[in-house]
Amino acid sequence: MHRFAKPSVFLKLTAPILPWLAGATAMLIAAGLYFALFASPIDYQQGDTVRIMYLHVPSAWMGLFCYVGMAICGAMSLIWKHPLADICARATAPIGATFTALCLITGSLWGEPMWGTWWVWDARLTSMLILLFLYLGYIALVNAFDDPDRGSKAGSALALVGAVNVPIVKFSVDWWNTLHQPASIVRMDGPAVDPSMQLPLALMILGFTGYYFVVLILRVRLELNERRIRALHLSGMFDDTAQDAEPYDPGHNAEASQ
Amino acid sequence: MSEFFSMGGYGSYIWSSYGVAAIAMIVLLLATLRGLRNSRRELDQLETVLHTKRQRRNRKSRKAT
Repeated sequence: MHRFAKPSVFLKLTAPILPWLAGATAMLIAAGLYFALFASPIDYQQGDTVRIMYLHVPSAWMGLFCYVGMAICGAMSLIWKHPLADICARATAPIGATFTALCLITGSLWGEPMWGTWWVWDARLTSMLILLFLYLGYIALVNAFDDPDRGSKAGSALALVGAVNVPIVKFSVDWWNTLHQPASIVRMDGPAVDPSMQLPLALMILGFTGYYFVVLILRVRLELNERRIRALHLSGMFDDTAQDAEPYDPGHNAEASQ
Repeated sequence: MSEFFSMGGYGSYIWSSYGVAAIAMIVLLLATLRGLRNSRRELDQLETVLHTKRQRRNRKSRKAT
């Protein structure tokens, strides 16, 4: 397992996967959009607004999925000090924050025509807003230190403490009275969504998950590059760059070294 | 066609949902790709400087011996 956690091995393993993953993701989202917008029935109560579900539910799922991933990476980074775990957590945060924000925005755009309000301070919506703040807090915290190791320690601790919020989001619709409907997909007696609506939903969830992994791989590469740049700068090998920019005079330097 | 875009009167809500989602996901992807390209360029520059330095040092040590 540790072998796979080496950055060079990560790059070697993901390079051949990336184009296939990106292609599959594009096809899943394209098919998902086709079924979500054209080839699925309207809801007997909600009419066409049910089509917002095909964005709202996958975004909510990704918001929670990314957070769990980030917290696990944070734990691994704290316990085993694995640089790749920390890099994955940092790479995941902006993706998770984007999906959580999308969940809130599409939820608002669904709530206004169906509930008659853009926003209510109930348990589900508030805990989802807290999830967004946890992401933003994590991003601010890991970048707040000059020493990236200290930043990742503080960030990992925040990610772990904030993980308490994940079950609160999931079960908030059962524990408190809310405008939000209860779980209709992951529940004890099977999904309560019609099969004709399950298909676009499943396609979009898979597509969003694929998108996450594509952007994750790219952002891990970005982090690795930035770390290498920082390491090169810190190595002191570029302290005399300005001096080196002048035309090189071999005779002079050779004399100086004798 | 206009019936499709009006979405039973809820068009504005539905299309702004899909629009915001598309913009957010595309912007995140493009920002990541751009950061990746910039970091790669900077890294290449640093490696080139390092490479010439190393060559120079080798030449120097060869001269010294």
